[in-house]
Amino acid sequence: MIYNNFISKIPNGSLNDQWKNHKSTLKLVSPNNRSKLDIIIIGSGLSGGSAAATLAELGYKIKIFCYQDSPRRAHSVAAQGGINASKNYQGDNDSVDQLFYDTIKGGDYRSRESNVYRLSEISSNIIDQCVAQGVPFARDYSGYLENRSFGGTKVSRTFYAKGQTGQQLLLACYSAMSRQIGKGRIKMYTRHEMLDIVIIDGKARGIIARNLINGEIERHSSHAVIIASGGYGNVFFLSTNAMGSNSTAIWKVHKRGGYFANPCYTQIHPTCIPIHGNYQSKLTLMSESLRNDGRIWVPKKIEDALLIRNGNKIPKDIQEIERDYYLERRYPSFGNLVPRDVASRAAKERCDKGFGVVNNETKEGVFLDFTTYIKQYGKEKTNELGIHNSNEKTIQKLGKKGLKDKYGNLFHMYEKITNENPYETPMKIYPAVHYTMGGIWVDYNLMSTIPGCYVIGEANFSDHGANRLGASALMQGLADGYFIIPYTIADYLSEYIGKNNKKISIKHENFENSEKKVKNKIKKLLLNNGNISPDFFHKKLGNIMWKYVGMSRNENGLLKAIKDIQKLRNNFWKNIYIPGIDGFNSELEKAIRIADFLELGELISMDALKRKESCGSHFREEYKTKEGEALRDDINYKYVSVWEYNKGKPISEEIFHKESLIFNFSKLQFRSYK
Amino acid sequence: MKKLLSFVLKIWRQKNNKEKGKFYTYKVYDVSPNSSFLEMLDLLNNQIINNSKKETPIAFDHDCREGICGMCSLYINGRAHGKENLTTTCQLYMRRFYNINTIYIEPWRAKPFPIIKDLIVDRSSFDRIIMSGGFISVNTLGKTIDGNMIPISKENADKAFDSAVCIGCGACVAACKNRSAMLFVAAKISQFILLPQGKIERKQRVLNMVKKMDEEGFGNCTNTKSCEIECPKGISTENISLMNKEYIQSFI
Ligand SMILES: Cc1cc2nc3c(=O)[nH]c(=O)nc-3n(C[C@H](O)[C@H](O)[C@H](O)COP(=O)(O)OP(=O)(O)OC[C@H]3O[C@@H](n4cnc5c(N)ncnc54)[C@H](O)[C@@H]3O)c2cc1C
Ligand code: SF4
Ligand code: FES
Repeated sequence: MIYNNFISKIPNGSLNDQWKNHKSTLKLVSPNNRSKLDIIIIGSGLSGGSAAATLAELGYKIKIFCYQDSPRRAHSVAAQGGINASKNYQGDNDSVDQLFYDTIKGGDYRSRESNVYRLSEISSNIIDQCVAQGVPFARDYSGYLENRSFGGTKVSRTFYAKGQTGQQLLLACYSAMSRQIGKGRIKMYTRHEMLDIVIIDGKARGIIARNLINGEIERHSSHAVIIASGGYGNVFFLSTNAMGSNSTAIWKVHKRGGYFANPCYTQIHPTCIPIHGNYQSKLTLMSESLRNDGRIWVPKKIEDALLIRNGNKIPKDIQEIERDYYLERRYPSFGNLVPRDVASRAAKERCDKGFGVVNNETKEGVFLDFTTYIKQYGKEKTNELGIHNSNEKTIQKLGKKGLKDKYGNLFHMYEKITNENPYETPMKIYPAVHYTMGGIWVDYNLMSTIPGCYVIGEANFSDHGANRLGASALMQGLADGYFIIPYTIADYLSEYIGKNNKKISIKHENFENSEKKVKNKIKKLLLNNGNISPDFFHKKLGNIMWKYVGMSRNENGLLKAIKDIQKLRNNFWKNIYIPGIDGFNSELEKAIRIADFLELGELISMDALKRKESCGSHFREEYKTKEGEALRDDINYKYVSVWEYNKGKPISEEIFHKESLIFNFSKLQFRSYK
Repeated sequence: MKKLLSFVLKIWRQKNNKEKGKFYTYKVYDVSPNSSFLEMLDLLNNQIINNSKKETPIAFDHDCREGICGMCSLYINGRAHGKENLTTTCQLYMRRFYNINTIYIEPWRAKPFPIIKDLIVDRSSFDRIIMSGGFISVNTLGKTIDGNMIPISKENADKAFDSAVCIGCGACVAACKNRSAMLFVAAKISQFILLPQGKIERKQRVLNMVKKMDEEGFGNCTNTKSCEIECPKGISTENISLMNKEYIQSFI
């Protein structure tokens, strides 16, 4: 079969028929043939883990890799808020169409209609599946599933397990996978990092991995490779991602011919704990669900902000009318529940004007206040319990208990980190890098431009457009892994049945070459006679990225970023110093990842420079409305930007392609949350 | 800004599982009270890297640094995850060490957790226990019934959740004089017996998991309850009672 590898393969027909029709055209692999087919999966988070469990269940032979010591530690475990599904359990008129509409609009019309619709359709199945697996979702007193709402929507469609939804979903998927490991259908490679993808006859046929315990380089061959390696937010150094999150797997795919889509779309999450100092290693998220019950404000008067920063006033000293609930003021119909990009920029705007309430270097931080909730909920509860002459103390107590039941672990975490008790004083929050909407370009089947290389979960680009609404990444990861890839990959693998079913030998010269390349790079890093540690370069890169490619961007800044990154990269290869030898060596692991970030960072900046409009998380200062809102340009930029690595050339010479976005069913509207 | 702190660290270093390890002494300076325990170790490692080309940084496990992945470990001044309750090592902040001068840092010590390097141990025995039965055998391609067709009382859902939050860090084992993994195993068993979906396989599950736990070389529970005290997620030893009951009943 010949692959024309840059066709989105969007099926014909109306939105609600597309997936059904498409499935009926996909080829099948019969059960007795599946065990003859090998699939490699990189990543054991929600997307990779669910794909592994299901493909093994179907009978394929799976090898799965992760860099942690157990698949249960993939960063999906950290997701706090919840997972969306259009079940309309709350009877607030939710539907597949409504979820589709919110997601398309939330992504600022920069995602594919057909993918988003499929996601909305599948969402219901995911919840059923997870309940069957024993995920202890929140229940109401009648025993039915409970929901809450998230930013960018007007219905309650988010399913949750306190503030640990990702953990519970991941553990379920890890269990399902473990069952198949026990059966011998899955072979798990923990503490292994994929360092290259091996292409033979133009198709993905294996990987090169490094055993992180002894440093050995291994070759693994297969009939197809699925990349599920998560997001690349750590290119900014400080982010809400785990310390090990990296771009190496997708970057290697990119350099071997996988196109990279929309690299500049980085979601900045509005409710993180503000930065404390320059020793800091990461930022911690406070789930967005807190915005359901917390109100965001800064003082109206700049003097008050100053007094608070200096510790001469506390939040309680600021009277109600002296507070600026700026989201409620600017966006009356959504208020505190505007989408993430809008909430983040609004916080930045206030802090840039000097109203920040945190006493750190940048004076960046706003209040997230639960006083109103405590009062309201406490009162309701006293009524419910029939306490007639309730006093303020009882109300406060019951209100705080309500908060604890809903968000206990988050409040606990906040107190640990900041040493302040959020039940008594408002939380302080500020936006931080969180999620990357860009990633490897994939078609409707989730296949990249390299035949046989599929990319799922946060590592691909397809479903979220320029901005991701809360609780939809978990949904996408599980939809991809449990329900989409098992169908679409069969279509590709069916080709290997019969006489084609030859295993590729790991002695093939392309394995040889890839391995040599990897080994040379490691040698170069270890033997380099420099004196600067990997962390230094990572922090420097992060500074450049956050300053010029962060919450708002402009032409001059981006041009400077590109130059600075190039300089930094040169400096890295000249002066990097890695202590120790090839074996267990975390500094070497870091350096390998940073080397890739140093290239990806440049591509992100190039993409941001090219997109001369503001959409979703990509805010170009030159393109905004009079009120300072993002100004999209649908005439010129209604496309996915797709980058092709120009073999052997510098990143600055990557080849640019466009995938035009066609909206047959939704009307492109100005995204207003007023 | 509060005053910066400095500490004397006595750290266990061991090249690999074959060679013997011992304590080394380090001094770390300029530690902000707001930094986490692991950030303090980052700082020390940077000092080591910058000061000498002979010594290698200290190897320790970590990833999320949010107290949720279970990857960090460390025995700190004789306590798993340090002396603070309900806290993982990554969520331990240096302001808690204000009046302490010397800190002892060791890896988890238990035979089923062999040392890989320095402070890193191999906890894959936990994974093997889960493989032996820590799941509900549902076909993951989703041909299941509607989630609301299985109503579950809020009380049971909440209790199941409380058991389900175990992060598999292994502090319970490290804290136990018998090196028992009962708290870890019991948490999973309880989660599933509290939910109707889990009831079908309950007998087999408890038998298999307990058998595997023994095979891996974990000891038995003698009700000392140090696991409960050190568990960062507050998993209660009630789970162990429940599991024991379940185990005995599985023979009837
Ligand atoms: C703090 C936080 C809170 C969040 N909250 C929510 C929420 O409430 N709702 C929601 O919908 N989304 C949320 N998200 C987003 C969501 O959790 C992630 O987008 C999603 O879980 C990603 O899943 P994944 O399977 O794609 O990747 P991950 O879970 O990140 O897994 C990546 C896997 O790839 C492996 N890996 C990476 N690189 C390599 C390599 N080179 N070699 C081998 N293995 C490799 C890792 O070991 C890991 O197993 C949150 C994210 C964060 C960071
Ligand atoms: S029971 Fe507690 S201490 Fe033991 S592994 Fe689970 S979370 Fe860690
Ligand atoms: S690093 Fe994840 S729990 Fe400590």
